[in-house]
Amino acid sequence: MQRDERQKTTIPFWRDERILNILGQVAFVLAILFVGSLIYRNMQAGLAKQGITLSFVFFNGVSGFDLAESLFAYDRNSTYQQAFLAGLLNTLSVSIIGVLFATVLGVILGVARLSTNFIINRLAAFYLELIRNLALLVFLIFWYLGVFLKLPRVKDAIIWPGDIILTNRGMGIPWGIPTASFPTFSLILYLGIFLALIVFFSLRVYSQRTGRAPLTLLWTVLTFIFIAFAGWIVLPEKPLMLDLPLVKGLNLSGGKILSPEFLALTSGLVLYTAAFIGEVVRAGIQSVPHGQVEAARALGLNGFQTLRLIVMPQALRVIIPPLTSQYLNLIKNSSLAIAVGFPDVFYVSNTILNQTGRAVEMIALVMATYLTFSLITSVLMNWYNQRIKLVER
Amino acid sequence: MRKIISILSLVAIASLLLVACGGAAPAPSGETVTVKETVVVTVEVTSAPAAPPVVAPAGYGVTLETVKTRGNLICGVNSQVPGFGYVAADGSFSGFDVDYCRAVAAAIFGDPAKVEFRAVTATERFTALQSGEIDILSRNTTWSLARDTELGGNFVHTTFYDGQGMMVPSDSGISTLQDLEGGTICVQTGTTTELNLADVMASLGVSYTPAVFEDADSTMGAYSEGRCDAVTTDKSGLISRRTVLADPSAHVILDATMSKEPLGPMVRHGDDQWFDIAQWTIFALIDGEEFDITSANVDDVKASALAPEVRRLLGLEGDMGLKLGLSNDWAYNIIKLVGNYEEVYNRNLGPDTPADVARGYTSLYTDGGLLYAPPVR
Repeated sequence: MQRDERQKTTIPFWRDERILNILGQVAFVLAILFVGSLIYRNMQAGLAKQGITLSFVFFNGVSGFDLAESLFAYDRNSTYQQAFLAGLLNTLSVSIIGVLFATVLGVILGVARLSTNFIINRLAAFYLELIRNLALLVFLIFWYLGVFLKLPRVKDAIIWPGDIILTNRGMGIPWGIPTASFPTFSLILYLGIFLALIVFFSLRVYSQRTGRAPLTLLWTVLTFIFIAFAGWIVLPEKPLMLDLPLVKGLNLSGGKILSPEFLALTSGLVLYTAAFIGEVVRAGIQSVPHGQVEAARALGLNGFQTLRLIVMPQALRVIIPPLTSQYLNLIKNSSLAIAVGFPDVFYVSNTILNQTGRAVEMIALVMATYLTFSLITSVLMNWYNQRIKLVER
Repeated sequence: MRKIISILSLVAIASLLLVACGGAAPAPSGETVTVKETVVVTVEVTSAPAAPPVVAPAGYGVTLETVKTRGNLICGVNSQVPGFGYVAADGSFSGFDVDYCRAVAAAIFGDPAKVEFRAVTATERFTALQSGEIDILSRNTTWSLARDTELGGNFVHTTFYDGQGMMVPSDSGISTLQDLEGGTICVQTGTTTELNLADVMASLGVSYTPAVFEDADSTMGAYSEGRCDAVTTDKSGLISRRTVLADPSAHVILDATMSKEPLGPMVRHGDDQWFDIAQWTIFALIDGEEFDITSANVDDVKASALAPEVRRLLGLEGDMGLKLGLSNDWAYNIIKLVGNYEEVYNRNLGPDTPADVARGYTSLYTDGGLLYAPPVR
């Protein structure tokens, strides 16, 4: 009886909101697929008209061009694939160095901005306001043309203490060349990392058991440095031979030569992104209610302890999500390398595109590359964010 | 809300239908194949005397039709190399490659002003041509096999015979390529120059560091800041760029020629009529110089010409212009409105210009050069 009644009240499916909702979703997906296929078909037809077929076979061909900078041996006989890889590694190194330095500088700026010292506070505020309101491209070109290319020529090189040579061909810094004992030394370094990790985790366990907060990171790093230093002393032959840069002929040689392009790009990205990170850090610190600081003081914690144990853990929760997007910005902005002639992945792809005419393939590849970089960064930062998040019960 | 949903479902149904129609899309490409077959069939018909002499394949004549309908020619040019393609402060274009575009416009419209110039970089030039953004690429582009085949375009003819050179500061003491051992060389990305540099230095066994830039301005900018020991590009480009350096006399171009650089315009694949127009515009310019017809005397020559070759060129005899799909006075218009090859050359690169590039191989065959136009008949 009841069953019959229910059947009677059943509305037809075209008026059933649940079904219509699903239909709406399906329609939307279909519409997207349709537009996508239209675009793809159009591209195919256009390419067919020009007699061009999409393929990555050309990637194994000999590139025929030289690159200014590569982390591995690359010359004109290398393939396009190797050229792309060289660009990829250049982007990676700029991104990693950029993220590290920008974070350190950004945290310093953020804390300085909140300093009670009037001069430090004003200086930081001036820097943040100035840099944040510049266009990055302008800033990069300023560093390249206005600073690094304005350094003296090789024959009038500036030599700083510590054997640092500054010229408009780049900066030469002392560098180590591995000697015969380097493999042994690297084993010692691995041991150092291993022991440092043991220290790290045992301190964590100790802190969880006792509720005290030891300086985990400091001790971990100190352990590693101690082991590395001990290894350096103990080994009969020094694992690294000091190689000093010097002026030779037309250029610098020896040591490690950092090109003006690399310097301009990294310093531009670091100084620019640090300003934004500084603001993120300041916002994070300010989001912690002042009562927390007062309570910490009342408990007898000193300024540093208050910052480390009370303010920072709470501020981090606010800092991490916007910090992630600053990291993503830095990685994506590194593609402006093309403006200062640094061979990053976009720049090299552009050259390959040019020499082969494979526009669709190369642009797709570059987009996929930046997407991958960004997604990996997001995943890592989200994982960290999950870990430090306030555990709600 | 319900309304929105029902509209959405309507959209869904419509898109399903469209997708279904879309599924039939391979069919047109199948039809194209049949069209090709019909071409073969109609070739037999051509043997009949009344039939048109040429059967046009798909795409034939499309570009001229488009250009005529649009009312102007769109030409991709350089904007940074004085003498070849350069934008003045008032936004007007000038240069050898630019005047070629004007000649094509004169041939089509009888008006050299009916050109829209688009400044394209070395990187975007081929894509601009492929995508139909420009009708002709006239941007000191080197003719090479890979470019002729892979980029969906055809080189028309060489308009300028160039070779790659190397410029160094006069006080550097560098006089040969070998002296550049260990040095840094500025070069522009995406050019044949970049490849030649790698080739030549590898074969000489000279190690160097390239400093590669996006466009001519930044390449020369970095060179003049002393970033590099030398800068390399086509010799004509070096000569013309030297004129805009702070102190042109402080730079020398080395004698060594590193490559053959035949520069010329490029058109899209698939429209042979357009290719012919682009090519015969160059030949008309060359013929003008060979027969001493200039913009100043072309009217007199036309009034009194006796030589059949000249009469055919100027449209007094035969219907040469009509064969190209143009009017019969196409060549007259080119010479009258733009000038002959020599005039165009001297206006942009000649002795009276700051560039002053010697003609070298870019002279008439009668002067020992390589300019040689097939007969107009």
